[in-house]
Amino acid sequence: MIQLVWLIPLLPLIGSVINGLFGKRMGKTAVGLVACVAMVASFLISLSIFIKILSLPVAERSVEVTVFNWITSGAFKLDVTFLIDPLSTIMILIVTGVGSLIHIYSIGYMHHDKSFWRFFCYLNLFVFFMLMLVLGANYLVMFLGWEGVGLCSYLLIGFWYEKKSASDAGKKAFVVNRVGDFGFILGLFLLFWSLAGHGITSLSYKEVFANIHHLDPSMLTIITLLLFVGATGKSAQIPLYVWLPDAMEGPTPVSALIHAATMVTAGVYMIARNNLLFSLAPYTGEVVAVVGILTAFFAATMGLVQNDIKKVLAYSTVSQLGYMFTAVGVGAYTAGVFHLMTHAFFKGLMFLGSGSVIHAMGGEQDMRKMGGLHGHMKTTSWTFIIGAIAIAGMPPFSGFWSKDEILWETFEKGHHYIWALGLLTAFLTAFYMFRQVFMTFTGRCRADHHTQHHLHESPKIMTVPLIILAVLAATGGIIGIPFFEEGTAAHHFLNSVFSSGQHVVNHAVAGGGHVANAAGESEAIHGGLELIMMGVSVAVGLFGIFLAALLYYEPMKKFAPSFWTPENLAARFKGLHTLLYNKYYVDEIYDALIINPIKRLCWYCWRFDLGVIDGIVNGAGWVTRLVAWLMHKFDVYIVDGTINSSATFVSWTSSFWRRLQSGYLQNYALVFVIGLLLIIGGALLGW
Amino acid sequence: MTGQFPILSILTFFPVAGALFVIFFIKKESLNAIRWSALGISVIEFLLSLYLPFTFNMTEPGFQWVERHEWITRFGMSYFLGADGISLLLVLLTTFMTIICVLASWTDIKTKMKSFMALLLFTEAFSLGVFLSLDFFLFYVFWEAVLIPMVFIIGIWGGGRKLYASIKFFLFTFIGSLFMLVGVLVLYFYHGKTTGVYTFDLTVLMQHPLAPALQVWIFVAFFLGFAVKVPMFPLHTWLPDAHTEAPTAGSIILAAVLLKLGTYGFVRFSLPLLPNASIQLAPVMIWAAIIAIIYGALVTIAQKDMKKLVAYSSVSHMGFVMLGIFALNIEGLKGSIVQMINHGISTGALFLLVGMLYERTHDRQIDSYSGLFKAMPVYGAFFVITVLSSMGFPVTNGFIGELLVLLGAYKAQWYYAVPVAVGVLLGAVYLLWLFQRVFLGEYSCKGHAEHLPLLNLREKVSCASLIVLIFWIGVCPTPMLKVMDASLNNLVKIVERNTQKSALAAVTLAEENQRYGTTQNQGAGK
Repeated sequence: MIQLVWLIPLLPLIGSVINGLFGKRMGKTAVGLVACVAMVASFLISLSIFIKILSLPVAERSVEVTVFNWITSGAFKLDVTFLIDPLSTIMILIVTGVGSLIHIYSIGYMHHDKSFWRFFCYLNLFVFFMLMLVLGANYLVMFLGWEGVGLCSYLLIGFWYEKKSASDAGKKAFVVNRVGDFGFILGLFLLFWSLAGHGITSLSYKEVFANIHHLDPSMLTIITLLLFVGATGKSAQIPLYVWLPDAMEGPTPVSALIHAATMVTAGVYMIARNNLLFSLAPYTGEVVAVVGILTAFFAATMGLVQNDIKKVLAYSTVSQLGYMFTAVGVGAYTAGVFHLMTHAFFKGLMFLGSGSVIHAMGGEQDMRKMGGLHGHMKTTSWTFIIGAIAIAGMPPFSGFWSKDEILWETFEKGHHYIWALGLLTAFLTAFYMFRQVFMTFTGRCRADHHTQHHLHESPKIMTVPLIILAVLAATGGIIGIPFFEEGTAAHHFLNSVFSSGQHVVNHAVAGGGHVANAAGESEAIHGGLELIMMGVSVAVGLFGIFLAALLYYEPMKKFAPSFWTPENLAARFKGLHTLLYNKYYVDEIYDALIINPIKRLCWYCWRFDLGVIDGIVNGAGWVTRLVAWLMHKFDVYIVDGTINSSATFVSWTSSFWRRLQSGYLQNYALVFVIGLLLIIGGALLGW
Repeated sequence: MTGQFPILSILTFFPVAGALFVIFFIKKESLNAIRWSALGISVIEFLLSLYLPFTFNMTEPGFQWVERHEWITRFGMSYFLGADGISLLLVLLTTFMTIICVLASWTDIKTKMKSFMALLLFTEAFSLGVFLSLDFFLFYVFWEAVLIPMVFIIGIWGGGRKLYASIKFFLFTFIGSLFMLVGVLVLYFYHGKTTGVYTFDLTVLMQHPLAPALQVWIFVAFFLGFAVKVPMFPLHTWLPDAHTEAPTAGSIILAAVLLKLGTYGFVRFSLPLLPNASIQLAPVMIWAAIIAIIYGALVTIAQKDMKKLVAYSSVSHMGFVMLGIFALNIEGLKGSIVQMINHGISTGALFLLVGMLYERTHDRQIDSYSGLFKAMPVYGAFFVITVLSSMGFPVTNGFIGELLVLLGAYKAQWYYAVPVAVGVLLGAVYLLWLFQRVFLGEYSCKGHAEHLPLLNLREKVSCASLIVLIFWIGVCPTPMLKVMDASLNNLVKIVERNTQKSALAAVTLAEENQRYGTTQNQGAGK
């Protein structure tokens, strides 16, 4: 079964090619069918591989399957090889599983679009590249996927390319991602050549991890930092997060699949995959964790004041990704991947839910014009609320388990400031999520009459995926519940992938030989303290929901003090509100500090090219022509002039002589020629 | 040597015969006959060139299908042709792109079709002569000969400033070539003086490297000849003008083939004949290449004319090729050869595509277009794939070349890779921005018919064949890499051996090695 792994990415690729070449003529039903069948088949194969992996003994759970040889050049050999291990299995399940649901949903959502076939062509292509990214057994196959998902993201953000804002957003996403990739590829080269110095010319994970101890920590720090630069681009972290909010220009299923559930988590996956490298470079780990938590916090603050239903979710995604980076930064790889998974469920769910709302509202995305939708679309509303509860971290929903594990691990590993900021972010998350729920689904409907008249629940093809995702969002945390002695099911399953990195981290934390002791000690405190922590984070989340309810939930509003209304707060903290509403002016700052100077530089270079370099060329041509002209004049007046005037002189003197002599023509001619010959001869002899 | 099938001579002179046939046997009014016979000749030529890869011996590092005939024995000049893995690929590129050129000029050329096709075939023949000559004098003859048809192509069928562009092109390359000729003669006489053998035979000249100090001077002379053609900064300003004014087919053959003559010259002559100078001046060359990459990309971003944009992007792309060559290691060299082929295909395709649009609207201003994707979706799809290839996207040919060049640059000196990666980044910016401005947004096409004609079969076939190559090289580059493997390994060895041979070389090399650090030591020193 595992040998069939190549079918998993191949099926979506085939789907994409069929739809790309023939989609226009096939009709919408066939297009949707091709795309979805490819996805579901791919999911079923993934599922059977997962089951197969579970049946294997732990030590044998890592299998490499080589498909074909890509590049061979001297010592440099590169195969397209897939790696099946617990980590990649979880990833392919998420990608194909959530992907299938979103594909099915899209049939309904995109039904009226005239470029239906193009949408599915791109979407399937995206899944292909994403699967290459997570299945690759070496860095370059990962890089292939890495670039490919970026391309598809570009194509899909700019799907409605006739809108300028959409094509701008697409370009911004691509270029910002390329900035990240710049770091990523430099990191890869550094890794390759520093290992080549030790005789290892392979970029496969297995070889690299086995020989990584040859490299000194400072080199590893540089490598991992460069790789992390790549991750900040793809996974929208500070300072490269700016593209993700704009990416909401794409169709909503795209936001759900690419900009919430899968592609943006690629950076987290990359670090989890390289857990050994990052664990050996503790400084990078710190950087990752700090960048992660700062992103989580700042994105959450920006999410507080957004009015676009998708923008709120976008900032929330940036924020949640920050949590994942915090986790992998402090060495809690399992927690990071676990949150990646639950986030794929609940955020995918919420994006699809928002899509359902937008569908019902006839394209309207401003929450100020919504309200009271619960009565019109029960399924969407309930599933959306489940998602909100999950992300707010309320037990027993999935988000609770994963977020809590991250917070607990940061606390346990001694990063108390990070933990505190994480807790604050959890509060903000609960607040803005329920602000969204209340603004959208409760109260009085603020839409215009025409829109209200047309409000309707979405068709089954859209609501069934919502229900499935809601079930997953509610129960997906189960694998993170510590049933077992030695940790959760997730830990159990992923242990073989993360054990080496984990070992390094524990070693560093406990300091040398006290590992066992420290482990035992922490075990004892573990139970009590962890329960308290859980209580604290739930309390904080509930408080956030409560405050949101006071502000935005009709029945609760009357309990709020008089200054506690959105308008009063915005007026009182006008400066802060403006700052948040304008997203800290980061886009403007980037424009002023980076984009515009570069544009000006390009323009100056061009002027320089035309004015100076080409100017010199044209100037040289001009000078040559000037010299030629002068020579010409010299020729006419001086050289020729001399000859003419000497001829004149001769004729003048001869006319003088004529008076003395009778004068035959021959005589004159003779004198003239002799005179001429004398002059020419003189010139030739160099007088 | 005798009695062997003279495939290389046939390859070189078949297009000449074809051109003469077109000139003498076809009436200038029967346009279709001219078109079809030009197409037939270029296709036959391409099929003939396919003889080479099928009979190529991969393990043989030296020259194959060698032909040598006495010519001017007194001066040691001979008619000496041969090909190795490097020239083989460039020959295939030339014969293939000529077909594309013929197809591109099918309706684009409105006047004097007969002369145009004949000149195109002459250009092909002489370019092949350059790639196949192993006698330096013969090489020089072909090298100068290429200029003549090209100047006419630009000067007669070009756009508004065609005379300015063609004269500029001619003077630039001609003056550069004169310096090269001086270099060749100095090389010839010194080689004769020291060894007693006066010859232009490359294989003989390679055996006896000159004193390092002299090498530097000859290197500079060669540089002026080759660098103009590449073109390298700051000798590049003829390129945007020539490209912009040339007819589509002229731009394609200029980009795909003529620019390669320069880089080929560096690989074929500068490196093996002047190894010490090459090593000594490699840092200078690399920085020049890096400047070309970055500066070229920056200037490209500022362009408002599509064709000029593609032309300036060539400056940046050819910078990659130069960088790969002077990384002086096998990865870089391999990358640079792949990049030569890639640039021929991708930039050729871009010129082809821009030309198709120009033929429809007679307008190259980027501002005049918007949302073209809607009006011409197939054209848009071809364009986007070409753009991806040009910016080095994985699974396209550009990725393989850029990857290898970057690997080589990194190996030579890690910090070389940083500005190069910036260049790759900027490449994405100008190409995507071009695509966005022309193809995305609401459809408008200033001052032209509501409906632009869609691509016809001829146009689709020529685009599709280039797209196939783009993916073919991107997905399975190994056959291509294998073809050049033996020859490049041999080249690296010759550079090493010749550096050792030179007595003074040891001293300079030791200094070099200290400067380069240990990696270079293993690569070039020993």
